Amino acid sequence: MGEVIDLTIVDSEPGSNAASRAQVPAGGVVFDGVGKIFPDGTEALQDISFTVQPGEFVTVVGPSGCGKSTLLRLASGLDHVTSGECRLDRSNIGYVFQDATLLPWRNVQDNVELIAELHNVAKADRHDRASAAIQKVGLAGFERHFPRQLSGGMRMRVSLARSLVMSPPIFLFDEPFGALDEITREIMNEEALRLFASEQFAGLFITHSISEAVFMSTKVHVMSSRPGRIVATYDIPFDYPRHPDLRFDPEFARLSGELSHALRGAHT
Amino acid sequence: MTDLQRDQQISPPSQAAPVLLGGAAAHKRSSPAGRSLATRVLPPIGVFIAFVGFWYLYAGVVLDENGRKTALPYPHKVVTSFYDGKIGEQPGDLIEATRVSAVVALAGLAIAIVIGVTVAVLMSQAKWIEDSLYPYAVFLQTVPVLALVPLIGLLIGFGFPARILVCVIISLFPIITNTLFGLKSAEKGLHELFTLHNQSRFTRLIKLQLPASLPAMFTGFQISAGLSVIGAIVGGFFFQRGPRDLGNRIQLYSARLSPGELVAAIFLSAMLGVVFFQFFGWLGQRLTRNWHQPA
Repeated sequence: MGEVIDLTIVDSEPGSNAASRAQVPAGGVVFDGVGKIFPDGTEALQDISFTVQPGEFVTVVGPSGCGKSTLLRLASGLDHVTSGECRLDRSNIGYVFQDATLLPWRNVQDNVELIAELHNVAKADRHDRASAAIQKVGLAGFERHFPRQLSGGMRMRVSLARSLVMSPPIFLFDEPFGALDEITREIMNEEALRLFASEQFAGLFITHSISEAVFMSTKVHVMSSRPGRIVATYDIPFDYPRHPDLRFDPEFARLSGELSHALRGAHT
Repeated sequence: MTDLQRDQQISPPSQAAPVLLGGAAAHKRSSPAGRSLATRVLPPIGVFIAFVGFWYLYAGVVLDENGRKTALPYPHKVVTSFYDGKIGEQPGDLIEATRVSAVVALAGLAIAIVIGVTVAVLMSQAKWIEDSLYPYAVFLQTVPVLALVPLIGLLIGFGFPARILVCVIISLFPIITNTLFGLKSAEKGLHELFTLHNQSRFTRLIKLQLPASLPAMFTGFQISAGLSVIGAIVGGFFFQRGPRDLGNRIQLYSARLSPGELVAAIFLSAMLGVVFFQFFGWLGQRLTRNWHQPA
């Protein structure tokens, strides 16, 4: 356990209590009163507190521009908090961007190997890891294809496979399926849940889609428009694996309705 | 895996491949599909025939015998001067001169590529380096190369190296600007991916920025390849010491009022430029064909 805490990077405002390091969960994410004010004075986030435990799939849903993506940038270290703390082990996190962000000059195999390559994994090892990841996202047989030969959904699968290669205990999803058509998005949701079931990571998912939020998550936080605050939290009780037809379940509809009302209230 | 079959985006590779290959082949051809070879080749040939016809008309009707000797000969006289090189020289002299010019242009271009790419990489690493160097790159581009020629002669002599230096100066700017543009063209998301995994500037440069810059870089090389040939001709025109090249010949033929050889030398200069330009276009396309669609 001591080792895990040594690896932990705590992003906090100067002068905050160092003793709170002890609360860092192994493989989890803690937002503790996080606030973010951009240099231009825009207040993006205000007093955000929640945790994501290993085996939890937590979704933050909110209107466009509410700062929900900023949350992930703070967690990943791409940006820094201006108040509060964000605690997690940043040594190995999976980050799935809004776009597939593939290297267009690399084929599927070499794109999936990229992150292992950046972490200096030996060639034979990273080849095997990448092949396994490509298999997991259902792209076996497409190893030699280049990104421009693939559909949007397939590119997103490559992006997922790339993040899987290092088996990160924490996965951050920044509206990864927002640009896909509805049926592809639903299929990708199911794929991501399959990966969640097999990899048991702590998942933090950002979206503006209510049905996506309810379908994927163990817990959903509703965020208000700027400055982003958490205005409601819902536990989603459905068991995994979740069947695609869950979307037509009355309980699913009831929860979606509640979320929708909370979002409307938040959207001032 | 039953859900996979529902994903209409995915078909087995064996089925997908021909469609994708067909797509790639269609992208390769810049002209719209369905245009036959004849409709693409005949119009420029027609223009060529009209041009040569006008030339015969001008040389035969406007000029007299003396004019054809001192100003513009018949086209077929130009063709024969490719191999019967008169004025007390060996046959095939123009071909040898073209070879020397090609060597000068290639040497200058190679040096310009090394310097240009290095400068662009340095500029991409820090804004202050870009700000410090850019005005001088523009200066190199805007100063007329003819104005620099006397200075170059005084500095490094009137020999072979001076010709190469002219090529370097004239071809540097497009390489710097295009490469720099290319180095900056990598998507923000890709940069963030590298930031996320704590990558050094060097790794970012090698694995992200340089590959991303290839299409723009080769556009720069292509423009500069044509310019470098112009530099070689201009250099040879003024710097006469050393092996004879096309610039030497042009200067000599104009001094001796040999319009046939002169026109032949001009034609060879243009052809050399076209070959250089096309070669770098082809090379760049070949290196990036898997992922880059030329505009």
